[in-house]
Amino acid sequence: MHRQVCRLMAGAAVIALSAPAAYSQELTIFWAEWDPANYLQELVNEYEAETGVTVTVETTPWQDFQTKAFTEFNARGSAYDMIVGDSQWLGAASEGGHYVDLTEFFQKHNLGEVMAPATVKYYAEYPGNSGKYWAIPAEGDAVGWAYRKDWFEDPAEMEAFKAKYGYDLAPPTTWAQLLDIAEFFHRPDQNRYGVAIYTDNSYDGLVMGVENALFSYGAELGDPSTYQVDGILNSDKAVAALDAYRKLYGFTPPGWSKTFFVENNQAITENLAAMSMNYFAFFPALVNPATNPNAANTGFFANPAGPDGDQFAALGGQGISIVSYSENQEEAFKFLEWFIRDDVQKRWAELGGYTAHAKTLESEEFRKATPYNEAFFQTMFKVKDFWAVPEYAELLTAANQRIYPFVVGGEGTAKEVLDALANDWTETFKKYGRIK
Amino acid sequence: MADVMTRLEPNSRAAARGLSDLSIRNLFIIPTITFLIVFNVFPLIYSLYTGFTDYRASTTAPANWVGLANFRELLSDPFIWRNFTITAKYVVISVTGQVIVGFGLAMLLNRPMALKGLITTLLMLPMMLSPAVVGLFWKLLYDPSFGIINYFLGLGKFEWLADPQMALWAVAMVDIWMWSPFVMLLSLAGLSAVPKHLYEAAEIDRAGPFYTFFRITLPLVAPILMIAIIFRTMEAFKTFDHAYILSSQPTTELIAIRLYKMAFLEWQTGLSSAFAYIVLIVVVAITNIYVKYLNKAKAR
Repeated sequence: MHRQVCRLMAGAAVIALSAPAAYSQELTIFWAEWDPANYLQELVNEYEAETGVTVTVETTPWQDFQTKAFTEFNARGSAYDMIVGDSQWLGAASEGGHYVDLTEFFQKHNLGEVMAPATVKYYAEYPGNSGKYWAIPAEGDAVGWAYRKDWFEDPAEMEAFKAKYGYDLAPPTTWAQLLDIAEFFHRPDQNRYGVAIYTDNSYDGLVMGVENALFSYGAELGDPSTYQVDGILNSDKAVAALDAYRKLYGFTPPGWSKTFFVENNQAITENLAAMSMNYFAFFPALVNPATNPNAANTGFFANPAGPDGDQFAALGGQGISIVSYSENQEEAFKFLEWFIRDDVQKRWAELGGYTAHAKTLESEEFRKATPYNEAFFQTMFKVKDFWAVPEYAELLTAANQRIYPFVVGGEGTAKEVLDALANDWTETFKKYGRIK
Repeated sequence: MADVMTRLEPNSRAAARGLSDLSIRNLFIIPTITFLIVFNVFPLIYSLYTGFTDYRASTTAPANWVGLANFRELLSDPFIWRNFTITAKYVVISVTGQVIVGFGLAMLLNRPMALKGLITTLLMLPMMLSPAVVGLFWKLLYDPSFGIINYFLGLGKFEWLADPQMALWAVAMVDIWMWSPFVMLLSLAGLSAVPKHLYEAAEIDRAGPFYTFFRITLPLVAPILMIAIIFRTMEAFKTFDHAYILSSQPTTELIAIRLYKMAFLEWQTGLSSAFAYIVLIVVVAITNIYVKYLNKAKAR
């Protein structure tokens, strides 16, 4: 009898211990290590409270993000159920079979209209205009500008600026004004400089920076339907844009030869530059007095227009995709259904995430929520992106190798650089059979 | 021999367990050999195979045999030749600098002096640091606004790392700083092994310091110095960490950096395997030349 009781108790203990493992569901989302990932963790905690499903946002430093993600893909690993991947990865990840096809999900929930059109085009669809979707726009982002309001609004500065340039000192609305203002504030003897721009060519920093000039000057990287580059990438407009970027580099603080988002925020927090280029996702740190002593004096503006009135910005941000090797795909789909709900997207924006949800973006409440949301709203409807083909990294390497020596070292001319780059890209597209 | 290997002392513990010398030897060797085969030999052979394919680890597409196409593509790529030229220049600057500084320090330390042990230990600190950390703090030292180097040299706001021509020298300087102690250490060992009576004989013969150095010191230290040069050349060829951290200049893109980008950013696995083999062949060839000189120096 005693032995039977013991056996029963042991059996009950085994069942009790194994029960949670059998019924608890866990999902892992992989993203880069930055503030929006923390906001996402806060958001998914609410999903757990609602459904009991634990969702963990696992992060890795930006420098490591692409390598780690693709290493996991290549190993067909199931460590991550979902990934908030860069827009450029769409081609490589979809053609490589690493992302689950979300076309049906997209159509069922009419996401083409629910999300801002540019975010659908660049974060979700591949190939372009194919109607095939691989991600849900999750973190909308683009390049904007921060500036020192106190410097701009100083009466003495305003007077001196007007006397020199003939118009009022205000946040620039054109690239010509941007160059004037950068030149005006560039005073190395006072340890004050005109502008902070991206120059890091380790990944996509420099190229994204140059794209802001290129797109606003009315130039394009090439024709995405035919992959023709020559005559487009090296057009007169593109040459003028690259020259403008090179000119801007001349107004940066010393040592600005390998700079990206961290340094560009420091340019504002450490009183180095009058204006600083950065992704909107990094602007929360600039309105926080704990991280920016100049928070009260920091303003924001959208990427200015080019000579012909074109106004575009380089796209940042990411879409969320389901990893093909996930063992929890069904649960991941349920999560995405929750994530795209209007109220969840609103909450995502409240927490600090940059929603791509059109209705939320357009709401007065969102646009007035922070000093930079209005600029973000304006920008997200006029963004353009880099190539998303599987060989995008090779295109990026060539661009870095050609553009960097000109912008930072002043080697060659903009025309020579873009001619050479057009040739490199044409060879790469030929290598992959995209053009004959 | 087999008899020696298999014979057991009748009262030994191995005999009690029934383990022969041969079994014990195998017990030690087999795991190591297995480890080497799995983690060194197999990847080496497999990467040689992938070097002849169009394999991309980022896709599920099968690898197609492309023959020598990868090697042809690499050897006709002007960017790759530029990477090799930059690396060669870097290796020459870096290793020459290390030999001059390291050997010079060893000569200074090879004489009676107070706190010699402490000074030697302090001089060796740089090579004990992580190259990534070294890269990060030299970036601060080179900073044009507050860097201590410009301050001491009175160079104002000179941009060491932004100048395309100067950046490679700046990166090589860091390598010299970090690895001269290694050359110093080996040279010191060589110098202390030079028989004192040779110097006494030279002194009796009234040989001058230059004559003594070139006829006694250098020839006797040459073999060990050559070993230091072999090690440093091989390592300099593989430099990645601090060069990657310090500069983005295409003029400082060493072959290891290019290889990393090709393999892990562009996922051109086949092409990068072929590239790695080209680098391996170059390093082996250079090392062989050095070894030949080493043997000559030893024979003298």
